[in-house]
Amino acid sequence: MNDVSVAQRRSSDVLLPPGEGGAKRRMRAVSLSRLAIHTTLVLACAVYLVPLLVMLLTSFKTPDDIRSGNLLSIPDVFTLIGWVKAWDGVGGYFWNSVKITIPAVLISTLLGALNGYVLAMWRFRGSQLFFGLLLFGCFLPFQVILLPASFTLGQLGLANTTEGLVLVHVVYGLAFTTLFFRNFYVSIPEALVRAARLDGAGFFTIFGRILLPMSVPIIMVCLIWQFTQIWNDFLFGVVFASGDTQPITVALNNLVNTSTGAKEYNVDMAAAMIAGLPTLLVYILAGKYFLRGLTAGSVKG
Amino acid sequence: MATLELRNVNKSYGSGLADTLKNIELAIDSGEFLILVGPSGCGKSTLMNCIAGLEDISGGAILVDGADISGMSPKDRDIAMVFQSYALYPTMTVKDNIAFGLKMRKLPPAEIEAEVARVAKLLQIEHLLTRKPGQLSGGQQQRVAMGRALARRPKIYLFDEPLSNLDAKLRVEMRTEIKLMHQRLKTTTVYVTHDQIEAMTLGDKVAVMKDGIIQQFGTPQEIYNDPANQFVASFIGSPPMNFIPLRTQVRDGLCYGLLDSGQARCELPLGAAAELEGRELILGVRPEQIQLAGAAAALPSLRSEVEVVEPTGPDTLVFVSLNQTKVCCRLAPDAAPQAGASLDLQFDPARVLLFDAGSGERLRPGKRQATDNKVAQFKLG
Repeated sequence: MNDVSVAQRRSSDVLLPPGEGGAKRRMRAVSLSRLAIHTTLVLACAVYLVPLLVMLLTSFKTPDDIRSGNLLSIPDVFTLIGWVKAWDGVGGYFWNSVKITIPAVLISTLLGALNGYVLAMWRFRGSQLFFGLLLFGCFLPFQVILLPASFTLGQLGLANTTEGLVLVHVVYGLAFTTLFFRNFYVSIPEALVRAARLDGAGFFTIFGRILLPMSVPIIMVCLIWQFTQIWNDFLFGVVFASGDTQPITVALNNLVNTSTGAKEYNVDMAAAMIAGLPTLLVYILAGKYFLRGLTAGSVKG
Repeated sequence: MATLELRNVNKSYGSGLADTLKNIELAIDSGEFLILVGPSGCGKSTLMNCIAGLEDISGGAILVDGADISGMSPKDRDIAMVFQSYALYPTMTVKDNIAFGLKMRKLPPAEIEAEVARVAKLLQIEHLLTRKPGQLSGGQQQRVAMGRALARRPKIYLFDEPLSNLDAKLRVEMRTEIKLMHQRLKTTTVYVTHDQIEAMTLGDKVAVMKDGIIQQFGTPQEIYNDPANQFVASFIGSPPMNFIPLRTQVRDGLCYGLLDSGQARCELPLGAAAELEGRELILGVRPEQIQLAGAAAALPSLRSEVEVVEPTGPDTLVFVSLNQTKVCCRLAPDAAPQAGASLDLQFDPARVLLFDAGSGERLRPGKRQATDNKVAQFKLG
């Protein structure tokens, strides 16, 4: 045991050769590295949570309080005036977002499940190529489809309508939902479908009675993913909707960017919280399925 | 209860690819148990899927009770299948799994109930009916999978390697149960396996396949005792048949094969020289055909050195070298010699088989007249 080896051990604290006193040193090294990891994690956590805290605190303050205090101070008086004003401003658009998001999420998930079912279980000539091309949809930036989509919506007579926005979101989301379901279904043994066919079940019966009940984890992933995408979307909302049909993200932007009068930061913060709460809620309710579904590679049956 | 006939069935997955099935011809009677056996990739599962209707055939006809079903969809063929992976519906209970096919056929609920009860009783799975497949052991899942097939009382059962996911002990048990079930129900059955023991024990008829071609079709005894070629001979039987390359000698119009154990040599009369001369020959001897000298006094013996001894319990496998090839002999356990010892071995030249070394084809030279007086011609070197 010379000094050099000890120094090496301290520097490379995990990979220690076994030896006299090695175990003890390893313990200390491990707990030190644990401490370092946890410190880093706590700091990272703070970095992400402080803005949320600032938003929450600010939304409950009065404008005077905001101007006089610092960002992280506790409100002198808790007031809901900011939230009430914010709801007056964006509440209507909140329901717009609901009306856009819920049908778009459900339709794109259902169609994605059907697509994935066909691509995994009913392969046809060229289905691999079809799937490959569909994957391009995942890499298309929003901006690329703005002009063709608005032209199409115009032709269909759906410009500036909620239905039009739903259609755009469904089409754009299909690439992702198909990918999710297809990859989930290829891990399910094809023998299940064959057995069902011999049992006399048809295309939709097999889908509805056998595969869909097995798909709960991936349905959850899809719902969360699509809900987050569509609820948080700004670009499609600002381009394809106007006035009364705008989603909350656009309304929030308009509210915050008004240049008349004094800045009401408490209202801005409350409105931002209102806009962000639904996605937060979805994550909390369905989050445990999200990881499970993403890692679902094998189905034990 | 139905007859099954395959007429010139062909299957290929595209013009550039080799045919998966080539001119498959076979027919079984109502109630017979047909085994399709062969190494992986031989086309046996494809053939089964074609019978089930899960894959289309490229040519030929599949006849059940004389009617061509090759154009029908799987559900109209009245065929039930047990899959290797069991393919139980994971979200349904055992009861619903068994009832699913009946519900799809729109049977009245009371009838379904009765049928599920009958099958569950038959397979002794009544206590499992409310469970999900994930809560069952492999053997129980296997029973449920069979129950699902039995419930519909189809014309033909198809079994696709149903036992290969079970452990060795359970496999033997289930094998016996399948045989028992078939004896009781007498339903025409097609059974795919790569296990030659399952093929021998279960089948009324066996079709040995390789490269999409049926190498031989016959009863297990025919396949075992009278194989059509070297592949069939090597595939059926455990431990497998010994194949010994032979040098030949022609004398007085008869062809003789030379055997050399290192310690002794002998000449084996093979048959008329005209049929065998100029060919490279391979001698096929089953391990149990080789005996210790003295068991049959009329046959001469060949002294050989024992290289390896493997006691298996009921038999002892002894390996010796003949013509520089390792040869397995299946001897009674009480005869167990030590490695390195010498044994006098003998076999009946009338029962051994001859194959062409190049093509693997079985050769059947007119050897009867030559081997009738084999003692005189079996000469020790």
